[in-house]
Amino acid sequence: MKVAIVSTGIANIASVQAAFKRLNVDSFLTADADEVRHAGHVMLPGVGAFGPGMAKLREHGLDEALQERAANDMPLMAICLGLQLLGVSSEETPGVIGLKIHSSSAHRFSEDVRVPHFGWNEVVPDEGMRFIQRGFAYFANSFRLTEAPEGWKVGWTQYDGRFPAAIERGNVLACQFHPELSGEWGLELMRRWTSC
Amino acid sequence: MGLGAYEKVDFMLTVRVIPCLDVSHGRVVKGVRFQGLRDTGDPAELAEMYEAQGADELVFLDVSATHEGRDTQLETVRRVRERVSIPITVGGGVRTADDARYLLEAGADKVAMNTAAVLRPELIREISERFGRQCAVVAVDAKHTTPDAWDVVISGGRKSTGKDALEWLTLAEELGAGEILLTSWDRDGTRSGYDLELLQAASDAVRVPIIASGGANSAAHLFEALEHGASAVLAASIFHDGDMTVRDVKTELRGLGVHVRL
Repeated sequence: MKVAIVSTGIANIASVQAAFKRLNVDSFLTADADEVRHAGHVMLPGVGAFGPGMAKLREHGLDEALQERAANDMPLMAICLGLQLLGVSSEETPGVIGLKIHSSSAHRFSEDVRVPHFGWNEVVPDEGMRFIQRGFAYFANSFRLTEAPEGWKVGWTQYDGRFPAAIERGNVLACQFHPELSGEWGLELMRRWTSC
Repeated sequence: MGLGAYEKVDFMLTVRVIPCLDVSHGRVVKGVRFQGLRDTGDPAELAEMYEAQGADELVFLDVSATHEGRDTQLETVRRVRERVSIPITVGGGVRTADDARYLLEAGADKVAMNTAAVLRPELIREISERFGRQCAVVAVDAKHTTPDAWDVVISGGRKSTGKDALEWLTLAEELGAGEILLTSWDRDGTRSGYDLELLQAASDAVRVPIIASGGANSAAHLFEALEHGASAVLAASIFHDGDMTVRDVKTELRGLGVHVRL
């Protein structure tokens, strides 16, 4: 199998590539909508800001390709900003509409906590999750979903309050944390998803 | 409202314990006050060992980073990236957004700016806007001037800038720093504990996380830093000398009531 990593020119996907390599899973970078439509597995890494991230996806026609994958329950994994791009909108870039693959929006953490939320936080899954297990994951985020999207199972964590650390529905998994930087626990999560 | 992560209990963000590796020409070295370097090993092997011990992140500071040394530095980052699945911050010789890009492409997750950012603060904005705030670490070396003031020193501590460290932290945050790596020049290499007054003043001055650095020699020192507002604690010699593993230190911290990942 081969994982297509969506790459629209943002630099730091080396950690994702390295993680797949350690799992002995082949991966390749692409910004081609047809490749994203047809690949066995697709990874949407997300670094940067919501608005520019959506603009890049639209520029390459990747928005529709990703929406089709999700609608057809084809294996898709989104990381960090990727989870937010799958949603409706983000306070980071007001007015920009996301992929609407899930129904939640991203909001900035409150003033009560230091931002970004950097470090290892515990993830506690809803009953019956397929990919997410309890464990410590590495986060680096200033925005997060505040509510569970409708129809998705949620792995929760807590900072200024409880928030979705990861969501899954069928073969689609989206993580606010970085599984590729979450040690063995993260690699095992990626392995479960690549096996689906 | 306390902001120190250590105050939180159970099902909360853990405190980060970060070994720092000084690298020169592709090898790990350690300096006392950045002088008298000695070779203590291979960066990739040490990185793997620290991950196995439970290190939460790794920081690599290339003390020899120059234009000529860049290829060696990038090769080191690539070799480390192949071996570890925890975040890597790399500093040394980051003068432009392109320098940051090369490091991120090689496998760094964050880049640390120091002297170049002091000389040209816009560098922080450039890197933060292009790659995201979570990639932009500003490393600050601070030296006591009066009992409650610190100057920024640069070029490996050789030059004083006359800039007030707390003002610089505030500006760095405004320009887009996602995190501050704050080293006490007075304490670095002394093993006498972190500069707690500096940490408290800095954590009151900014809202981004602060990594405490310079002077750690025991879990008790790390605990003090967390009590004074640090979100993460960085140390070198206590780990490199093999006196204590990262796991030993985190176990002790847990015994003191700190929330750690073990």
